[in-house]
Order: sequence, then C-alpha cells, then structure tokens
Amino acid sequence: METLVPAFDFHRIFVAPWTTEFPTFGWIVLMGFLVGAACGLVGNYLLLRRLALMGDAVSHSVLPGLVVAFLLSNSRGTGAMFLGALAAGVLATLIIEVIHTKTRVKQDAAIGIAFSSLFAVGVLLTALYTSQVDLDAECVLYGEISFVPLEPMVEVAGLTLGPASLVRMALVLLGVVALVVMFYKELLVSAFDAGLARSLGVNPTAMHFGLMAVLSIVVVSAFEAVGAILVIAMLILPGATASLLTKKLPWVHAGAVVHAALSAVLGLHLGVWLECSLAPAMVVAGAGVFALAWVFGPEEGLIARWRRQRGGGPEPVRAP
Amino acid sequence: MPTATTFRAQGGRRGGMAAALVAGLLFPGVLHAARVSDVAGADWLDQAARFLSFRDLSVRYAVCGAVLLGVCCGVLGGFVVVRKMALMGDTLSHAVLPGVALGFLWNLSKDPVAIFVGATLAGLLGTGMVRAITHTTRLKEDAALGLVLASFFAAGACLVTMIQRLPTGSKSGVDKFLFGQAAAINSGDVWLMLAVTVLVLGLVGLFYKELLIVSFDGGFARASGLPVAWIDRGLMLLLAFSVVIALQAVGAVLVSAMLITPAAAAYLLTDRLHRLLWLAAAFGVAAGVTGAFFSFLGHNLPTGPLMVIGASTVFAGAFFLGPRHGVLARWWRRRDRAARTRRENTLKSLYRIGEEADFAAEGATLTELARLRKETLEDAQRLATDLVRHGLATQSDDLVYFTPAGRQRAAEIVRNHRLWELYLTNSANIAADHVHEDAEKIEHVLGEEVVRDLERRLNHAAVDPHGRRIPTAGEIHRAAGLSGESGRK
Repeated sequence: METLVPAFDFHRIFVAPWTTEFPTFGWIVLMGFLVGAACGLVGNYLLLRRLALMGDAVSHSVLPGLVVAFLLSNSRGTGAMFLGALAAGVLATLIIEVIHTKTRVKQDAAIGIAFSSLFAVGVLLTALYTSQVDLDAECVLYGEISFVPLEPMVEVAGLTLGPASLVRMALVLLGVVALVVMFYKELLVSAFDAGLARSLGVNPTAMHFGLMAVLSIVVVSAFEAVGAILVIAMLILPGATASLLTKKLPWVHAGAVVHAALSAVLGLHLGVWLECSLAPAMVVAGAGVFALAWVFGPEEGLIARWRRQRGGGPEPVRAP
Repeated sequence: MPTATTFRAQGGRRGGMAAALVAGLLFPGVLHAARVSDVAGADWLDQAARFLSFRDLSVRYAVCGAVLLGVCCGVLGGFVVVRKMALMGDTLSHAVLPGVALGFLWNLSKDPVAIFVGATLAGLLGTGMVRAITHTTRLKEDAALGLVLASFFAAGACLVTMIQRLPTGSKSGVDKFLFGQAAAINSGDVWLMLAVTVLVLGLVGLFYKELLIVSFDGGFARASGLPVAWIDRGLMLLLAFSVVIALQAVGAVLVSAMLITPAAAAYLLTDRLHRLLWLAAAFGVAAGVTGAFFSFLGHNLPTGPLMVIGASTVFAGAFFLGPRHGVLARWWRRRDRAARTRRENTLKSLYRIGEEADFAAEGATLTELARLRKETLEDAQRLATDLVRHGLATQSDDLVYFTPAGRQRAAEIVRNHRLWELYLTNSANIAADHVHEDAEKIEHVLGEEVVRDLERRLNHAAVDPHGRRIPTAGEIHRAAGLSGESGRK
C-alpha cells in the first residue's frame, strides 16, 4: 500500500531531477523561476503601495476574462488571453471603485465582493464548458506547471527556445524588467509620495492603472502554471522576504529574484519527495524561506529582536 | 434597539425555529436515498420538481445545510463588514485548507468532527500568524494577509494532492472542499452545523450589547472595562467555526463571500445593527438555498460559485434598488430635486415680472417670461405647463397667474435669495456683484429656521444689496391667505 509520505530516496529527490529527468524538470524549474521573478518584481510595488490585496482581486477576476476570451475566440491564442485578462482586471478595478465610492461599503468588503463574484462566474463557466476552454478546477486552483514540458516547443530560426508558455513568460519577465528600469524613478516617487510625484509631472492615476495593467498581464501569463490563488504568494512572498532583510529598493528587487530562484529549486525537490503538485510545493518552499528570514534575519529577525530586548538595548526606531 | 434580554429571546427563538425546520426535513416520510450525482442527466424540470418536493434525503440535507450556513455566516458577516475585517475573513477561509486535509488524514475518512477541529485550528493559526507578522516585522497588514492566505492554501493544496494519490484518497471527496458540493452533506454534517449555529446565535444574543460597543467604539469599550481582546478572540473563533461549517457546501475558495456579500447587502439597507443581522441572515439563507437548488438542477455543478452568485445578485439588487442608498432611489431624488429647482426658478421669474410692474398687472405674459429667462416661447410654455400641473399657477391664453400657493413659494424663494445676498455682502464681505451665483443655489434649500436666523442677524433688513425689496414674513403669509379671496392689487 502506498503511504502518505514516500520514503526519502536521496537519488530520486536530489540527483535524478538534474540528470536523467532534467529534460522534464529543467523546464519546470525554469518556469517556476520566471513566474516568481516576474510576479516578485511587480509585487514589490504592490507592497510599497499597500495594494497587496489588489493582487488577490485581480488574480481571481482574471479567470472569467480568460474563459470568456477562449469561448469567444474559440482558440487559446495569446492575444485573446491577454485581452480577456486585461478586460477582466479593469472590470474588477472598476467594480471595486464603484462599490466603495457610491455606497458606504468599505474598500475591503468591496474587494471581497468583486473578486468572489467574478471568480464564481469564472468557475461556473469552466464547469459548464470544460471541453471548450480546456481548463479544470484543479488547474484554476493550483495550476499545471508539470504540463509545461509537454507543450509544443517554440522554434525561431531553427533554434528550439522552449515550451510556448515558458517563452511567453520569459518575454513578460523581460518586459517587466524593462519597464522597471525605464520607469524606476517614476515608480519609486509615485509609490512613496503621490504629492511629490504629481509636482514632478508624474501622473499617479496613470501610474496606478499602468501598474494594474502590468499586474493583469503577469497574472494571466502565470495563470496556467500556478493558478489563481498561488499567484498571490508569488506576488507577495519574494518582496516580503527581501524587505525583511534590506530597505533599499534595488536590493529588495534583487532579493525577490533570488527568492524566486530558491523557491523554484527547493519547491521542486519538496514536490518530488512528497509526490504532490509542484506549484503549491514551490509556494510552500517560498513560505519556508520567508519563515527563515523572519526568524533569523540579522537586523529585524525574531531572534535578533529577542536578543536586543534581553540585552536591554533600545529598540531601533522603526520606519513608520 | 433591543436590549440584551430581548435579543437573547429572539436568538433563542430563531435557534428553535431552525431546529424545528431541520428536524422536520430530516425525519418524516419515505426516504429516497438517491445521491444527486446518480440522477444527473435527467430533465431539469423533473429535477426541479424533485428538489421542491424534498423527497430525497440528500436534498433535505443540502437545504438544511444551506439554511444553517446562511444564518450563521450572515449573522457573523454583519460584524465582519462593520468592523472592516472582510479580508481577514478571506484569509481565514483559505487558511483552513491544510486543517481540512489533516482532519481527513486523522482516520482517512470524511469525519465531520475531525475535519472541524483540524480546520478550526488551522484557521486560528493563520489569523494568529497574520497578527504575529504585523507585530514583529515592518510588513503591513495587507501583505501579511495575502502571504498567510496563499502560503496556507499552498500547504493545503500539497496535502490534498498527496491524499488524492492514496488509494483511499481518490474517492474521498476531499476535493469537494475546494468549491463545495452541497449534495455531499450528510446527517453528521447537518448536526454539526446545527450545533454551531445554535452556539453562534446564542453567544451573539447573549453578548449583543458588548459586541455592538466593541464593533463601533473600541475606545469606549476599553474605557468601560470590557475585555476587548477576549471579545475579539471570541469573535474570531466563532468566525472560524462558521467558515468551517460552510466549507462542505461552499468550498474554501469562496466561503469568504458568504461572510461578506449578504452582510454588505444588508448594510446598504439599514442603519441598525440588529436589523442588519436579521437581514444578513435572511440574505444568506436565500443565497444558500438558491445555490443548492441550481446546483441540483445542473450536471454536478459546484455549489459554492452558485451560492456566491446568488449572494452577489442580492447585493446588486440592494445596490440598485435600495430605498435610501440605492442608485435608482438616489437618481430619482436627484431628478426630483432638479425639477423642483426648475419650477422654483420659473416662479421667481414670474415674481420679478410682477415686481417690475409694482404688482399692478395681473399675471405675466409668456413673452415676458421667455424674455426674462432668455428662452424660446415653446420653452416658456413648457415651464408654465409644469407650474400649472403642480398647482402653482393657472394659465388662460398666454397669461400666467399665480395660485396662492405659487405666490407664497415665489415670495419665499425671492426672500431667500435676497437675504442670502445681503448676508454674504454684510457678513462675509463679498462684493455685491459676486453674490448672485451662490444665492441662486442656496435659495432652494434654505429652511425656515435658517431664514429666521438670517433675518435676526440682518436686523430684518428690508432691502438687498442691489436695492430690491426683501419680502417679509407677513407679506408672504398674506400672499398665501389673501390673494385667493380679494384678488391681486
């Protein structure tokens, strides 16, 4: 009889994924890293703007957009997918705005109402048209990162680049990096001081909607790999972990990328060991890395704090 | 507002009603123990008839479950919404998943009690974690909520996929906890739900006053010596309970909507907490039962999304049709106000025409009205017809006359306008040629008391900054009383 936790076999868990099974697991790890890095970079700005839960809202509402786009266009083309996701993301943002400006329902409840309704519609459509949209409940929740190596390979000029969704994710990551580099100053200023941003000629509203648009694109490209809920972890965990260790934004970005790589590799080993779904395993590994930073962080870790308190030294002044 | 005692009585009565309903649905008559999935594919009309006849045991269980979870989530959701804890509810509902899986692993079966204990513990651990992260790091609450939500959910997802790999796990129905399947509710689940609902209603009834104070004025609650931290923890525990009993029917992913949406809809309709709780419970029941009904009709459709769509429909209804805060009602009020303002402006123009002729002429011609308002004759005619329809004027040929009511209102508006102009020039030192615009707006909304006050402050001045006479109160009363009897001067 099979057991819940399979026996610990060093070769199967740590050696095989990098040798004999590398053609499969290599793509999966790479995809996990690309998703984590792209989400982490965007997520840093969500964290700075206290918009972490907009990530929650947008990631849930992308689902009906995807399904409707697939149904209308009768294909799974990238264009239809991005358009559907963008429309859904904008719709969610609009519903939230309308509810909390026109009624006395507060923003938190408005977010809850908007994303749960849209997500419910998406799940129902998925259940009704499973065959047409080629999505199922499992995929919606945990994604199907293990299917990435099975996708048709993209070839450019005779050179095999990789599975289609991985190439798409890589392009999105490049786009995100380019945007972060190009608009570094604008993003920084408008995240920390909207008034100053306006006086410097940066339009904060445009920045907000631009950020939401980029968020929708990133979330939808990551959707098939990690699903609607795990993507929230991909958005928040890298930046949250990095910001426990450093305060400088460039270092937070770098830390987020490192966190993405760590959680992809560790998650792969965890998932192979436990024989469970790989995307949740990557998130669990990422959460583990966060917990390590939380406890052992040199400046603000729980242990460092405890020792400072015991030593009777004054608490350092915390940034408000 | 009911006192704690009357509310306790109401809570007890409601618990009793729920118990009677549950007992009535569970025990009588012939039992057709068909599972919903066995009959999928039958004609949907037959399905509807079967559902409504309550012949099947699974239907009875599903309806009981929907009613109980609707009441429970609705009542606690009221506190969630007024205390701005909606996203905490969301995190709580995702964080229970690993507990569900562990509870299932306890003896590898769907034991309601084991799952209940596991899920409650996981939920409380998750909310505790949120608090710990916000207290000991620089991360803000939103980040902590999202982080815990997704990490716990991922851990649960790992466990669920591991369970499904087991030979007994694949048909365990543990995946039904994700999107909910009301048809999977059995009698053990219903009894557990009933126990939790009675507990929740009892405690909310007992401590209604305390919960009310803590929810709306934490500072006052602390000052009056209430154990606020313990009340908060108790509320969180009850929330965890109600999320967990709703899991089976709604699923971990969407159960937060059952907390938020019915209560938010109720919040649009009333200002009183106790009424809000009643309404939220009713909306929760309505959403739950319609969700169960439609999921029975379709081919094994997940129940959770259907319940959520039901709740969102109720919210949309309250949003558009609510009598006081609804979009339609507000639009109607605005339109009404605009029409009244237009009528009053016409009255004012008629008054000005009369005033220029020292009230010697009877009424005003349409031509004069059109000229003063710089409008076409047709528009002037339309305005006059509107006045006639509201009993403020009469018209014969092209002459428009005030009725007594119309004349009184006209004098009032002119008085308000001129008083306000005078007030702005005298008290706010605004130049006399800048006060007209402001007075144009405020003349329609000045109440009788404010007018008295203005008159007193301005020493009952008789002339406005432009040298025109301000109608006095006596004149206005006379206008209303006499003009009908002795005609105009």
